[in-house]
Amino acid sequence: MRLTNISNDINEWFNGSGPLADIVISSRIRLARNIDGHKFLSRCSNTEKTAILDELKDVLMSLELGDKVFYISVDKASALNRHFLVERHLISRHLAFGKGPRGVVMAQREFFTAMINEEDHLRIQVLKAGCQLSDCYEQINRIDDTIEQKVKFAFSPQYGYLTACPTNLGTGIRVSVMLHLPALKMTGQIDKFFNAAKDMGLAVRGLFGEGTEAVSDLYQLSNQVTLGLSESNIVSQFENAIIPEIIEYEKAARSHLLAKKPDILDDKISRAMALLQNAHLISSQEALFLLSHLRLGINMYKYMGASTPAIEKLHTLCDSVHADKTRQVTIATINRLFMLTLPAHLQLNYGKPLDPNGRDALRAKIIRSTLNQDS
Amino acid sequence: MQCQICNKNDATIHLTEISDGIRTEMHICEHCAAQQDITIKSHIPINELLSNLLAVQPTDDELSGPSEQQLACPNCGLTLDHFRKEGVLGCQHDYEVFEKSLHPLIEKAHNGGTTHCGKIPSTTPPDAKKKMELLNLRRQLDAAVQCEDYELAAELRDKIKQKEM
Repeated sequence: MRLTNISNDINEWFNGSGPLADIVISSRIRLARNIDGHKFLSRCSNTEKTAILDELKDVLMSLELGDKVFYISVDKASALNRHFLVERHLISRHLAFGKGPRGVVMAQREFFTAMINEEDHLRIQVLKAGCQLSDCYEQINRIDDTIEQKVKFAFSPQYGYLTACPTNLGTGIRVSVMLHLPALKMTGQIDKFFNAAKDMGLAVRGLFGEGTEAVSDLYQLSNQVTLGLSESNIVSQFENAIIPEIIEYEKAARSHLLAKKPDILDDKISRAMALLQNAHLISSQEALFLLSHLRLGINMYKYMGASTPAIEKLHTLCDSVHADKTRQVTIATINRLFMLTLPAHLQLNYGKPLDPNGRDALRAKIIRSTLNQDS
Repeated sequence: MQCQICNKNDATIHLTEISDGIRTEMHICEHCAAQQDITIKSHIPINELLSNLLAVQPTDDELSGPSEQQLACPNCGLTLDHFRKEGVLGCQHDYEVFEKSLHPLIEKAHNGGTTHCGKIPSTTPPDAKKKMELLNLRRQLDAAVQCEDYELAAELRDKIKQKEM
């Protein structure tokens, strides 16, 4: 399969559907595993890495996932394709820019990927839209069981699944959710969220941005403790304690904005609309920042019945922008713009490399044509 | 706990400094931390975490004798020095070879957890699996008793009885 088959649209876990999707964009669970008897990767020669790759690739390609499964050799892929896979959240930077024989097996609909020879021999992940962690775990556990019928993983009764870094030891599980928290940011409370997450032993990082400062107000929250708790404990902690609490924080911040600071809210949404509809050059950072405010406005109308002047105007725009109903502006449209205007997506869809100025122009053009009446 | 600087707000930031082998602790609030230009990193790179953890542990002579420090894993050749630099282990046997040095690190990284309570490979022979599951349940029972969660403890005790039959 060519990556251009998937690069001009978003996948089903990023389309704004699923439970609690106004705040929880997607759920992801990954498991880290190593084959029993093989050295960990830092001590493997390229010949040994190839042997591991071949063994795991064969097993993974025979998985029955109800979708087409294909393999990408990451060490042979172009830099642009590797950047694309990272932007798409299908592989990690570690795999994309690492060394030696390595690859990824993935389902065409992108709900499953298996990274081979990343930090561990195998890292499998399942992704779903909205808050669906239990379903993610159920599915990945089944896939893990199937793989275990053919591959013996390094395991000790004391420490569980043995991983290259002791921080992943035991269950090898990383549970994460992608959260959209614009109101916490606007009300200056995002640091409280960082501190609360830290107190609960969770890691936060900004997505589509540098470091923890998320330009798009999208954050990834994940567990750090993998030993001493069962997989179902960790998943249920997320679903029953952590996520509901964060959703309450963000909702309270949205209500606060609406009740006490409607001017600030309207200013952000109006500026975002004006710039996105009219700019001719727009950087990736600026686009993400402004699209986040549109996303907030659309969700506040849809879920809270908010009707400030700017939100009303945004709603009218969403409904009327295209006579063709399939082209109306929805949360899926905004998410699509988030992803499709990232640098590697732009260039892959354009068909050739673009310099930063060329990318800024193309990005602005795509956004203008999506947000303006039949342009 | 009150902030040691303003003596008003709750101390939410707890700093430990180890300098020349002397440990000092400071408990302050967010406001005073900002005034003192103390920034809190919410995401510490893994290598930094590991080397910090290994660095503040008792010396090898105190803990495990000089042996682990000079040891190289007979299977993969890794030494503790390699591990400090790279942040990853070389093979599954390193967990046994360097157990004394790794154990406190594992305990710290996993919030006190040192034993696996999760999934057991589906291909494990039934007898071994049952043993592991029982061990697992007993650990959970100990933890429940320690936290005085007697409801959970009773539930776990029943599960253990059922499995032992």
